[in-house]
Amino acid sequence: MDALTSQQVTFKVFRFNEETDYLPFYNTYTLNVTHEEVVLDILNRIKWDHDGSLSYRRSCRHGICGVCSIKINGKAILACKSRLFDLVKIFGTDLTIEPLSTKRVIKDLIIDKKDFWEKHAHVNPYLVSDIIEEPTSEHLVSPHDAEKLNEADYCIQCGACHYSCPALAINEQFIGPAAFAAAYRFSADVRDEGALERLHIVNEEAEGVWDCVKCMECAEACPKDVNPIEKITKLHNMIFEAGIAKNNVATRHAVGFAHSIQKHGLLDEGELVRYSEGNIGVMKHIPEALAMFKNGKIVMPWNMPKSKNLDEIKKLIQSSSTVKF
Amino acid sequence: MEKLKYALYTGCTARESTPELLKSTLAIAEKLGIELVLLDEASCCGASHLQDYDDFLSLVLNARNICYAEKLGLTMVTICNTCQLNTAMTKHRLDTNPELKARVNAKLAEVGLEYKGTSEVTHFLYALVQDFGLENLAALVKVPLSQFNIAPFYGCHNIRPSELQNLSNGGENPYNPTSLDDLIIACGGVNVDYAEKNKCCGFHAELQSPHTAAVLTGNALAGAIDANADWIVTPCPLCHLKLDVQHHGASKAIGRDVKLPVLHMPQMVGLALGCTPAELGLNHHVTKVDFV
Repeated sequence: MDALTSQQVTFKVFRFNEETDYLPFYNTYTLNVTHEEVVLDILNRIKWDHDGSLSYRRSCRHGICGVCSIKINGKAILACKSRLFDLVKIFGTDLTIEPLSTKRVIKDLIIDKKDFWEKHAHVNPYLVSDIIEEPTSEHLVSPHDAEKLNEADYCIQCGACHYSCPALAINEQFIGPAAFAAAYRFSADVRDEGALERLHIVNEEAEGVWDCVKCMECAEACPKDVNPIEKITKLHNMIFEAGIAKNNVATRHAVGFAHSIQKHGLLDEGELVRYSEGNIGVMKHIPEALAMFKNGKIVMPWNMPKSKNLDEIKKLIQSSSTVKF
Repeated sequence: MEKLKYALYTGCTARESTPELLKSTLAIAEKLGIELVLLDEASCCGASHLQDYDDFLSLVLNARNICYAEKLGLTMVTICNTCQLNTAMTKHRLDTNPELKARVNAKLAEVGLEYKGTSEVTHFLYALVQDFGLENLAALVKVPLSQFNIAPFYGCHNIRPSELQNLSNGGENPYNPTSLDDLIIACGGVNVDYAEKNKCCGFHAELQSPHTAAVLTGNALAGAIDANADWIVTPCPLCHLKLDVQHHGASKAIGRDVKLPVLHMPQMVGLALGCTPAELGLNHHVTKVDFV
């Protein structure tokens, strides 16, 4: 057999005990790993053969309980699901094992997920519906209606996306991708009657969907292919469709694209900033605008480039628009 | 080698706030003997914001753009990561959902167009790395950039989500991307490794969430500076605008002075191929390019 069945890998393991340690440190182990082993096997081997004090969460061992999520070289994974050989293919044979969030460590790879659960609870992550106390038949959901969830119900609350989100790392008010996916999951359910309230929650400035930076880290991090950013986009759409989009810089920033494309085909960058910020808000951009102007980075209105066949674009905007603001 | 020919979707930025990107793209294409046909009919891709407002409209408009590449029978190349994401996303959704494709085509028929799905969509970076080939490029280098430590800044929308991007970027892994590093090396430069190279610059939240956006920009610049970079190179004009123009706000947000010249990917290649600074539009930068 030619295929490699085992190889040496060096693991740097994050260690910290909030009760006894002043600073975190790393332990290094070089182990021979086989092509069948997943990260959890390695954690078990380190704990059982080298250092019994290493702490980490583990339970179901088949990718459904979501407690063993950690990071390897910055990539969020489920320890029980990620094969070592796949990780070596990406990163080589030096792997750093860290908790999902080094800021929230209780001990070693175990973190306090309080913020995650608070955000989750904040979006009413349950069906809101009048219950018939004594039902005479099942409340059936057709396959077509079930598809509307777009697999958002596959979320196992592991926190991989939540602790990979850069917007959340900076702005702690931000609700974050996992809770947004949950908000979508219940709002898209045909049995639910709480969508409007949920949409109001995710429509708030600073906390809501508008502060997403669109980095796609959540889609990449999710071990269950929930694709949270897709759900975040859908929540944006649902906010407009429900007619509850507020008239603010974030919503105007989205709507402004349609106005600009209607007029020029291309985006009028300066006008988008003015329209989004308003005539007063736009003033704070003057220093940058001057610097850009000085360096030939601002197109004057009379020189604004237009797409060829602009009449086609205008016609399509007329006929294909599905929402109003 | 057979002459490479592509339909160039410039996006809006290259025709407005980063004219140097279009200029340098055309300059290096000429040096490398790559033919680029400008898609002047194309509209804005919606930049992920039109998608938040009216998803169906954004699909129709992006499909229309691809139609014009299909008419030419050419692969579409993009020079902006966000154009790449939204165009590739449209293509993927239409190619995998016949019902949606039919709905979009019903609209396009009103203007005499039909989306077929026959043109690929790829970023110019990957056209260079995969189609032209780094060895071929290295052989044409006249001025090796060997005295420079160059920090690659990949930009999110070329590398994530990998499920979508892998169709066009050769399976680049978003957690450990290499294309831009390899391109730096092919140009004779020294590639610099730093944690922020595959992270977000904050551009898309700049208006509605300025603090978050400024911290992300600051972190990226600080990461490159701490890794001893002389300058940054990026394939995305939106990352470029953030890193080149917004260093004041970024410095304020992270409490540290961060400022570093930022070159567009084709400008770096152009320097190595012996283009003049004027041919590459280096005079358009806000953070001055003072090393050439």
